[in-house]
Amino acid sequence: MERYYQKDIECAPYEEIRKIQSEKLVKQVKHVWDNVPYYRKKMEEKGVTPDDIKSVDDLHKLPFLSKKDLRDAYPYGLLGKPLSECVRIHSTSGTTGKRVVAYYTQHDVDLWEDCCARAIVAAGGTNEDVIQVAYGYGLFTGGMGIHGGSHKVGSLTIPASSGNTDRQIMFINDLSATILCCTPSYAAYLAERFKELGYGPDDISLKAGIFGAEAWSEEMRADIEKTLGIKAYDIYGLTELSGPGVAFECSAQNGMHINEDHFIAEIIDPDTEEVLPEGSQGELVFTAVDKEAFPMIRYRTRDICKLTREKCSCGRTHVRMAKPMGRSDDMLIIRGVNVFPSQIETVLLNNGYAANYQIVVDRVNNTDTLDVQVEMTPEMFTDNVGEVEERQKKLVEGLKSMLGIKAKVSLLAPKSIARSEGKAVRVIDKRKI
Amino acid sequence: MSVMQISVFLENKPGTLKKMTSVLAAHKIDLRATSLAETKDFGIARLVVDDALSAVNTLKENNFVASLTPVLAMEISDETGGLDQLLTYFDEAKVNIEYMYAFSGGSNAKHAYMIFRVSDTNAAEAKLAGKGIKMLTQEDLAQI
Repeated sequence: MERYYQKDIECAPYEEIRKIQSEKLVKQVKHVWDNVPYYRKKMEEKGVTPDDIKSVDDLHKLPFLSKKDLRDAYPYGLLGKPLSECVRIHSTSGTTGKRVVAYYTQHDVDLWEDCCARAIVAAGGTNEDVIQVAYGYGLFTGGMGIHGGSHKVGSLTIPASSGNTDRQIMFINDLSATILCCTPSYAAYLAERFKELGYGPDDISLKAGIFGAEAWSEEMRADIEKTLGIKAYDIYGLTELSGPGVAFECSAQNGMHINEDHFIAEIIDPDTEEVLPEGSQGELVFTAVDKEAFPMIRYRTRDICKLTREKCSCGRTHVRMAKPMGRSDDMLIIRGVNVFPSQIETVLLNNGYAANYQIVVDRVNNTDTLDVQVEMTPEMFTDNVGEVEERQKKLVEGLKSMLGIKAKVSLLAPKSIARSEGKAVRVIDKRKI
Repeated sequence: MSVMQISVFLENKPGTLKKMTSVLAAHKIDLRATSLAETKDFGIARLVVDDALSAVNTLKENNFVASLTPVLAMEISDETGGLDQLLTYFDEAKVNIEYMYAFSGGSNAKHAYMIFRVSDTNAAEAKLAGKGIKMLTQEDLAQI
């Protein structure tokens, strides 16, 4: 039977959710107008005042916030509450530029932890479970967010943080951990290590995993589920909006329910900024209607995906987002064609290779080159040169049909690509443009 | 009567072969014969050693992809026409050879040894039996 952390709101009729969103939005816009001069200025430039916002239907009138705004307003420009009322900060890794620092009041922390608790319960978690949190603790939101959610559910929480793989395995075994939370690439690495040590799926106490913070494919999910003998659930979030738990997967494992009572989602055309109808693919935009200290309004995530309101078998009514193909930051443009690392991952796994890969993009004689480097595995190796070449050729053809452009495939020695304990580094772009 | 050959995947970049031989040297694995098949993108090293099982495990522990392949090891006299004589038997028996390589010496300087990879090892063994060919066993390899 499906279980819920906050059934009333998670399964509320759509009209009721709209009503809650509208009330909160009106209040939030006033709050921001009064307390965040940076955003007020943006509203004034667009000729919008809080009086223009009467319900969710008026959301489109408001100006967007982008990563650039966050950088420009760093460190205090978007703060919505006096620092005396803030209790914590978290920060992005800063890989795509300057760090983003997000602030939380106790109210913000609470609602964030509720969102994480909903995700844990949706993955089957109860107070009988032992949850190993192998996301990094610290500035990164992954560790502490899930940790707080796990407390709310009442599960025994192992704050393992990331890294030290053999110690992770020791804790899973010795304390019979039942739910593992980490990045999917680290889950794949743990699975690989378990296999090396001779553990089959039935020897591992885990029953579920909640994996997020990077794009991953269905094929990678199948692989992790098989090796660890678990159900693997996706979870979505951004530091700008709180952290993991903005959206999460349920037993249907078919899209992630967005916690709509806290976050209003829109899909826009990233070029025209036009709001697109339900079911269209576009850039995901969020308005955090409940957050006090860091009240993001129409924040452009750069994540490309689709939304659906189709009825879900789990009973939850909140809108579902498809697995993002990847952040538009991760998207590579190679010879004019858009390429997401997750597409390459799909082809690799479909052809029997492991998810240990690296994508090297370079420019030779004014032409982009794409080199997909993948490790040789015992399963894919044979003494027959022709056979190994044939498999390599099949992979090249698979990539061509998925991406529409030709890629080179390099077969590397095992363990030659560094394993990541947090977010995996998949792309090396050597082009100097 | 076949013996086990180790096939090792080698990435196409300088130093990989040396990395493999260093592992073998450090674990005192004695090479009897080696051959290298290469393509544009990768290589496969084929090794016949004194103790195939322990060698393949050692290589795996050191992050190499390695597998065992049955091959036929045969002794021929180290003189003109020796290989030709042997291949006459293969020809008569219609045994298809995928690849072969040779090694000579050891304590018996009058002989050379041939390693054959054939399409069907068991069938080939049966067909070549009774021709007076000296086939080497795994024990023989350990002692050469």
